[in-house]
Amino acid sequence: MDVSLDLLFNAVISGLLLGGFYAAVSLGVAISFGLLDIVNIAHPAFILLGSYVAFTANTVLGIDPILACLIAMPAFYLLGMLAYQVYYIAFERRDDQSLRGLSFFFGLLFITEVTLVLIFGVDYRLVQAAYIGPSLKLGIVELPLRLLVPFLVSMVMVVTLQLFLSRTFVGRAVQAVAQDQGALRLMAANPVKIKRIAFGISIATASLAGAFLIIIQPVEPSIGRDYIGRVFAICVLGGLGSFPGMVIAAMTLGIAESLTATFFGPSWAPAVSFGVLLLTLAVRPSGILGR
Amino acid sequence: MASLADRQAQPGWGALPFTLGLVLVAALIFSIGRWIDNSYVFFAGYVVAQYIVLGTAWNILGGYTGYVNFGITAFFAIGAYSTVVLYKLVPAVPLPVMIAVGGVLAGLVGFGTGYLTLRLRGVFFSIATLAMAVVVQTLITNWDFVGGARGAYVLRPRTAPLIGGEYVQYLFLVMLGLCVLALVTARSIERSALGYGFAAIRDDEAAAEASGVPTLRLKLIATALSGGFMGMAGAPLPYYVTYLDPSSGFSLNYAVNAIAMPLIGGTSSWLGPVIGAVVVGGLQEYIRVTISSAVNVLVAGVLLVVFVIAAPQGIVGLFQRKR
Amino acid sequence: MTALLQVDGVGKRFGGFVALEGIALEVEEGERLGLIGPNGSGKSTLVNCICGTLRNELGEVRFAGQRLDGLPAHERTRRGLARSFQLPRPFGSLSLAENLRIPILYAVNARGQAISGGAIDGRCRAILGEVGLAAKADRLPRDLTQIEMRKLELARAMAAEPKLLIADEVMAGLSHAEVDEIIALLIRLNGQGVTVIMIEHIMRAVMEFSQRLAVLVAGRKIADGEPAEVVRDPEVVRAYLGE
Repeated sequence: MDVSLDLLFNAVISGLLLGGFYAAVSLGVAISFGLLDIVNIAHPAFILLGSYVAFTANTVLGIDPILACLIAMPAFYLLGMLAYQVYYIAFERRDDQSLRGLSFFFGLLFITEVTLVLIFGVDYRLVQAAYIGPSLKLGIVELPLRLLVPFLVSMVMVVTLQLFLSRTFVGRAVQAVAQDQGALRLMAANPVKIKRIAFGISIATASLAGAFLIIIQPVEPSIGRDYIGRVFAICVLGGLGSFPGMVIAAMTLGIAESLTATFFGPSWAPAVSFGVLLLTLAVRPSGILGR
Repeated sequence: MASLADRQAQPGWGALPFTLGLVLVAALIFSIGRWIDNSYVFFAGYVVAQYIVLGTAWNILGGYTGYVNFGITAFFAIGAYSTVVLYKLVPAVPLPVMIAVGGVLAGLVGFGTGYLTLRLRGVFFSIATLAMAVVVQTLITNWDFVGGARGAYVLRPRTAPLIGGEYVQYLFLVMLGLCVLALVTARSIERSALGYGFAAIRDDEAAAEASGVPTLRLKLIATALSGGFMGMAGAPLPYYVTYLDPSSGFSLNYAVNAIAMPLIGGTSSWLGPVIGAVVVGGLQEYIRVTISSAVNVLVAGVLLVVFVIAAPQGIVGLFQRKR
Repeated sequence: MTALLQVDGVGKRFGGFVALEGIALEVEEGERLGLIGPNGSGKSTLVNCICGTLRNELGEVRFAGQRLDGLPAHERTRRGLARSFQLPRPFGSLSLAENLRIPILYAVNARGQAISGGAIDGRCRAILGEVGLAAKADRLPRDLTQIEMRKLELARAMAAEPKLLIADEVMAGLSHAEVDEIIALLIRLNGQGVTVIMIEHIMRAVMEFSQRLAVLVAGRKIADGEPAEVVRDPEVVRAYLGE
């Protein structure tokens, strides 16, 4: 009994830590889907791109993966702005987001995945860092550093962005874009420009999330797909556009998956997010903190 | 619905001459294959025919009603794995029966997914289908009876029933038959009240409701039909590949091709997916043989992105004068 | 004899905002009712609740003696309740004639009439002719002006062959002569037995058309009666002119 209680406790803790990482993964979609109403299903592909940036910098130059992806963030920001510009001209302006816009992102997802396969192959890749391996032991609780470090950095990122959105002019304009584009024009801000910045930020978060991903688990190009269901489940469950809701949802899902993996086997974990997603859509589409 | 269907007097061929014409074309293609008498022709032809069915199936929901299904591999694999199950339980079941079973199962799953998510905005349906592909894959990976992650072997009979020759000829013939069935269905929908209802949903759902269109029921019909045809397209797969594992059965290639082909060919009519499948499928086969199989999978993705940006009406649209 | 449309105690909220409160309204068969009110007074919300586009949380809507609450919009259209949208919502990929084909296929034929093939097309064109769009029957909605779009909205509602037609601001932006045309058209429809609710800002049109006038202000009905009397009602005057 004691052993299973230990197991349960540790499963919950690692689920919580995993949830922190999921929050970082979902943050970009919380911005693009939640605030900008752009259904960027290619977001996990950008995250994977971040993982391979970390991998390359780490193996070739010996740089810390998180540091490498911090440095790469501006490049991801520009990439995001470019992607939005294309999306705006080709789909948003033509009011053709639902069929062709979605397919566009699906195509991006596929192209990124296949390109990564062509460059890096289908083998699992991993990175080296001092915090990968050791654990912090507090009584019966074991805190693996490879989960704890991404958790902490991820929380810093979420809080920073929340502050940016609520305290700065551009941040408030981003939130206004979600509510009413006409009002934004009255503020003499160009909604397209604001959305471009916001989308750039959302892709920039993918860089860091990619570093976390490859710290937590070895990476190969097709695992990005596993995150699509997870990320959207988290965003929908958290109520679109709400960061606190998103974090709570991410942790809930992290714990649910961790428990499933501990008690039913890791191969069942991917099904959890879908179950949660379908249940949320069927029962409460506005999310746990939704109106 | 039946009382409403097919009441329009549309210019062009009626359903029967169209069907006969398609059967004739299919027979002609098959005879040419027999005349060339090289099994490669049948293997390559099967792939293109399979994509015509998949693309048409996707288009019935995506092109006609505007709801994007990303979970193609789920439906496709349900068809394929239902054949594996039948093969293990009652190997004597003829292939067409297996196809029917796979189609019905996939159609039911489509209906269920639609029932849960089609009341919401279209994007939620799309996201749900994406996630569903992952889940069906998880289920199959954990199901030992069908081989789990290790995969399953299916013994391909040496000779084809009825027609003689290699079994792959029979597979190709069956897939051609499915093409005819899918295309006749798609074209009849376009010309029926159902097709007008679908178009109204695609253009403006609230206005469709206000005009008397039972939108939820029509969307469910489209999802079930679309899923069913995807399942049927997947059902013969185990015999084609003889070894089926989750990672190949759920390969993203199927999904990308099924979406890319209608969008490249044109989503507004039954002809679009056919043109898309022939052009893209042919190009892929050419690149696979001449350059490399790694590059060939990129083709559909790149073409998809290029076409949705630059030619939203697809190849059919390029040749059609704008009204 | 009961009224064709009975709206009883209907209320609707959006979050904390009360859009409609305790609305009671009866429309007799064959009547011509005008419904007016300042912008944001809840006119369109009421139409949406009657037609099933929105669900009313409180009260009930009865049509031809039957409860409509809980029925989806398409079922209400099939029972003879048609509306035009204030902001035109045409089917963009279908020609004008095909736009009208949808309600004929799905509302009229669902009543068991089963109009067939060529007859449908003829009827679509005839209705387009009545609103002055016959020449553009084979064009796409994107070729229309905003004003023509409003006429298309009205035509599509007419094509459903309703017992009750709700025309939601179909005349905005029309010229003097065009307003007269539409009024004549609606009166002609009414003469054929169609009950009509007209929601309009153009007072000249409302006064000329309506046999009875109801006024909504801030989600409540503040007046209902003889048009000439209603517009003299001090409360109505105050609502319109401000205090």
